[in-house]
Amino acid sequence: MEISLDWYLALSAVLFAIGVLGVLFRRNAIVILMSVELMLNAVNLSLVAVSQSIGDLSGQILVFFVMSVAAAEAAVGLAIVIAIFRKKVSVDVNDFTLFRY
Amino acid sequence: MLSDFIPLFLSMVMAGGLALTLLKAAEIFGPKRPNVTKRAAYESGMDPIGTARDRYSIKFYLVAMIFIVFDVEVVFLYPWAVSFRDFIAAGEAGGVLAVVFLFIIILGIGLLYDIKKGGLDFDDLRHQREFQGR
Amino acid sequence: MDLTGAYASLGSDLGNAFSLVLLSVVGLVMVVWDSLRNDHRAIPWIGVAASVLAISFELLRMPGPAEKIFYGLMWAGGYASFVNIIILAATAFTLAISVHYLDRIGHNYGEVYSLVVFASAGMIVLGSANSLITVFVGLETMSICLYILTGLVRTEEGSVESALKYFLLGAFSTGFFLYGIALLYAATGTLYLDEMPAALAGGAGSEVLLWGGVGLLFIGFLFKVSAAPFHMWTPDVYQGAPTTLTGYMSTASKASAFAALVLVVYHALPAERWMLVLAIVAAATMILGNVVAIAQSNVKRMLAYSSIAHAGYVLVGIAAGTTAGYSGALFYLLVYTLMNIGAFGVMAALEWDGHVGQKQDLDSLAGIGYRKPLLGVSMGFFMFSLTGFPPLGGFIGKYAVFAPAIDAGLTWLVIVGLLTSAASAYYYLRVLYVFWMKSPEEEAAPALDQLMASPLSMSTSVVLVVCAGLLLVLGIYPGVLESTTLFFSDSAAAVAAIR
Repeated sequence: MEISLDWYLALSAVLFAIGVLGVLFRRNAIVILMSVELMLNAVNLSLVAVSQSIGDLSGQILVFFVMSVAAAEAAVGLAIVIAIFRKKVSVDVNDFTLFRY
Repeated sequence: MLSDFIPLFLSMVMAGGLALTLLKAAEIFGPKRPNVTKRAAYESGMDPIGTARDRYSIKFYLVAMIFIVFDVEVVFLYPWAVSFRDFIAAGEAGGVLAVVFLFIIILGIGLLYDIKKGGLDFDDLRHQREFQGR
Repeated sequence: MDLTGAYASLGSDLGNAFSLVLLSVVGLVMVVWDSLRNDHRAIPWIGVAASVLAISFELLRMPGPAEKIFYGLMWAGGYASFVNIIILAATAFTLAISVHYLDRIGHNYGEVYSLVVFASAGMIVLGSANSLITVFVGLETMSICLYILTGLVRTEEGSVESALKYFLLGAFSTGFFLYGIALLYAATGTLYLDEMPAALAGGAGSEVLLWGGVGLLFIGFLFKVSAAPFHMWTPDVYQGAPTTLTGYMSTASKASAFAALVLVVYHALPAERWMLVLAIVAAATMILGNVVAIAQSNVKRMLAYSSIAHAGYVLVGIAAGTTAGYSGALFYLLVYTLMNIGAFGVMAALEWDGHVGQKQDLDSLAGIGYRKPLLGVSMGFFMFSLTGFPPLGGFIGKYAVFAPAIDAGLTWLVIVGLLTSAASAYYYLRVLYVFWMKSPEEEAAPALDQLMASPLSMSTSVVLVVCAGLLLVLGIYPGVLESTTLFFSDSAAAVAAIR
């Protein structure tokens, strides 16, 4: 039985929404980073599904780029988190309130 | 139908057999000079017993971060490898080889930078101080 | 699959993308040089030389029409050259003023300059993209370099904190942007911008996917150009980042993101359908940026809100949805780049112990004009131009974006723009008032004397004079604006035919 494209898109939308909620409601910088990765991978799922269903490879090429960009982003993000942990001994985003209005 | 999978089974058996053979061969022929560090469960230098909430050396994170990047960049080699035969058939082997070598050279420059800046030095205190000073 | 001749056009493609290739190669050379000779003094100047060389190439390349290269992934020549010139000019200026500034704050590393060059390579990819793949790759190359540059001063809390904010919010917006790309891909079946109108006209895909995709894509773009209501990160990041690099971020990255947005609405998504949305965003951005800027006492933060306001002006041109509006927006980006790099350059020259940039009150700079006449006079040029006084470039730029909006029937938007520009005169001219007409307080005198002792570096002076001079030229001689209006005329008929 063929699974139709709608199901893939729906799953991807749900995963993406979970990622968005994670970014909005979690206060730990590392968990926010993980939620962002979840968002990117949800998009990858729909890109691959669409690419497969319309028979066009460029969507899958984009997925390769998304994967490598996500890795680079994770490396830079973790480096920034380490740097701020050394300064503040905290990764709770509520503690980062140096600038106001 | 099932006969289609025979090559797969064969390669699985060969892979498992090779791994077991090599392990046994190493046990029989290898020199044995055990010491405490070598006999530990993890040879990475971490003590497996004790609290897990210790602070790790920052070097672990550094290596892990560098690993992520180099690891994932290799993803671009898979589409290249899959389509390589088609390029040879089209008489474009030179171009596609040149491009992939360029890619590897760029990755190599990243590695050169990492080594020269001391990103992979675990015990050189001079480099560590330099990194912390920044 | 037939791949014969896959590399036949590689040579001419590489020639057409000369500035991109040059910047990438020079960036790699800088990395190698820095690994072998740690923080060598020559590193920034290779970047400056490469940028100047690339600018002269693009100047030669600009008069012709834009053509597709790399199998339709990018544009070269025409408006792509114009955008590249903006980016390359910002790069050259930033590298030149950063050397002295980073020296003084004690963070003069070779990596900084190669990161700036790599970010510029990403911006060139972004600003001349013809496929959503290139848009994404360029955007991320740029953003990741900028995250690192923001957190450059690792020893300082504010810098690292703003880097974290920039990173988390930037990555978040990348998620939306990418999801928009995926939905657009599902709706149109292609990632090439110039193929989308045909796919849409054919009625492929569902309206829900299309609208969702366009909405999410615009959210991603509006975040990167810091338009309201996605501007929250801008003041914090601009205040915390090293000053010269803030100037770079606020100009080059904005210029390339706007250029990509122009390419998207021009080639792929006929603007009339979302004209009203863009117009409302533009109005909100102008009002918010200008009103909040009035209340700022820190100059960097004030300039950050001012850059939000200027994003609003550019959006007015794009919201007009006409070719004149797009070319006006591109012209405005050129002017804006010159004045903002200059303003941040002056502020960088006025930081005398590295810590003050984030906390520097405007009032602590009283009487600077007489002590450092070059800084005072050039700041006068930049502030008058940012306000939009004739005969400086800012005036022509505002004309270039407002006139097409009136033609497109957005008179209310232009009225909002004019009123908010009038309000902006208050906070821009207050800087000049403090610089020239206010006498310093007694306790500030020792710090000012210390500033007097450190001479202005040669490269900073040259950059400031060049920026101010170019603003004057752009304001008096309107030939550049006329040349930008030619960019979009040639292929407009083709796009109209597809619709």
